[in-house]
Amino acid sequence: MSIEPSMRVEDKLFYNRYLVDTGRPHIKVRPHAKPSPQLLSMLKACPARCYELNEGGQVEATVDGCMECGTCRIICEESGDIEWSYPRGGYGVLFKFG
Amino acid sequence: MIEEKFDAIVVGAGMAGNAAALSMAQRGMNVLQLERGEYSGSKNVQGAILYADMLEKLVPDFRDDAPLERHLVEQRFWMLDDRSHTGLHYRSDDFNEDKPNRYTIIRAQFDKWFSQKVREAGATVLCETTVTELARDANGKVIGVRTDRRDGEIRADVVVLAEGVNGMLGTRAGLRERPRPEKVALAVKEMHFLPRETIEARFNLKGDEGVVIEAVGTISRGMTGMGFIYANKECISLGIGCLVADFQRTGETPYGLLDRFKRHPSVTPLIEGSEVKEYSAHLIPEGGFKAIPQLYGNGWVVVGDAAQLNNTIHREGSNLAMTSGRIAAEAILQIKSRSQPMTPQNLVLYKKKLDESFVIKDLRKYKDMPALMHTRSQNFFLTYPQLVSKAMQNFLRVDGTPKIEKEKLTLKSFTRVRSRSGLFGDAFGLMRAWR
Repeated sequence: MSIEPSMRVEDKLFYNRYLVDTGRPHIKVRPHAKPSPQLLSMLKACPARCYELNEGGQVEATVDGCMECGTCRIICEESGDIEWSYPRGGYGVLFKFG
Repeated sequence: MIEEKFDAIVVGAGMAGNAAALSMAQRGMNVLQLERGEYSGSKNVQGAILYADMLEKLVPDFRDDAPLERHLVEQRFWMLDDRSHTGLHYRSDDFNEDKPNRYTIIRAQFDKWFSQKVREAGATVLCETTVTELARDANGKVIGVRTDRRDGEIRADVVVLAEGVNGMLGTRAGLRERPRPEKVALAVKEMHFLPRETIEARFNLKGDEGVVIEAVGTISRGMTGMGFIYANKECISLGIGCLVADFQRTGETPYGLLDRFKRHPSVTPLIEGSEVKEYSAHLIPEGGFKAIPQLYGNGWVVVGDAAQLNNTIHREGSNLAMTSGRIAAEAILQIKSRSQPMTPQNLVLYKKKLDESFVIKDLRKYKDMPALMHTRSQNFFLTYPQLVSKAMQNFLRVDGTPKIEKEKLTLKSFTRVRSRSGLFGDAFGLMRAWR
């Protein structure tokens, strides 16, 4: 009995349709020297793996594959770590099935 | 600014927004509905189960043309350890009735259909429009919305906030709080496509019969969460959700849990050879009665997920959303028919009507359940499923051990892991929260 081997999340996101609003990310990470625990938890909790650690040890967000679930907003908005708004009308993820 | 002033603006085209817009438009109100997706449904995610009764109240003949997948004849509940499942099934031919009670649906397709009904009723539906903030007058009364379109301010007598669990307008305007991590679950889902015959053979179905499997246990690794498998016509919706606070605490990844669920020996045979066509994620309000915010104010009401109206215990949400949208619309209609203003003194009617409905009665009944499940998640989602699996295997494996000793062993395994008082405490807590 077998199913496909574990996929990387980045590859899973290729199933989805997106209209990326180039140059206008809807989530912005506040510049920081050392990431807060909330921001660090997003490296694991984001279901699209939008959050990654850069070489300098800061958390960066690339939101092209974002599914707009809002998990990072729930965890990180209160502490001011991120600024969250919805993509402009029509942009972002477009579910075929939902 | 768009010159025309509307009777009502509905923000969002999910279950709650469509129900509200439809109810008001059907009764002759001039309604504008705003949706940020390319089409109604393109931003919406749900398991998804549709409850017929609540839709029937809005579209009595929906079965004629709504895109329904399968009507449910069977419900399975699984308790999992890593290698086995202990199941409870209920299947009845009574559910093969002329007007079935529950269906599986695919939200993007269903919402498109629902939105068409809203348009046919005469509402103006404007897609690809993100509402950025509520417009208020000097007294703080909500008088409309601002959008990301040019000349983006639009006015109305009342704004219905059907903006979903992650709605920003209400929180930005200080009308309600942002949900707390312990009050929302994050669910991830995949759509697995297989030939129709394969699905019917694997799930023991014929024609349009459907089945739902809900699973708790070691798949959520001690977090408060649940996996689900819903049979559609030609695909299977498979997903898992856990509280955001638990993800934060444990460092587990949502896709890791999904993968683990798919690899469970009870699940793998159901999806083997399938083609995945979508991966989605969504938050689910889990706070229950105690998390319900202020539901109305000066020129506004809030409905559906945005108002945290979700029954975690029974996995009901879209029906609460539809009902709250419909009830809000009815209250607004009544106020309008008396030519009264949309003030809090008048809009309290929405809350009064909602309190009398199953929506608030059900949520009130389980008001202590979310906290109980959260604080004892290790017991309910890890320890007990493992103990039950062990007990079942011990009971079924014939190996010459006298039954009396088997029973003693089972009892001992329970009291060793959870003391007698612990077991009674959990049972008592559960009973009290259920009552």
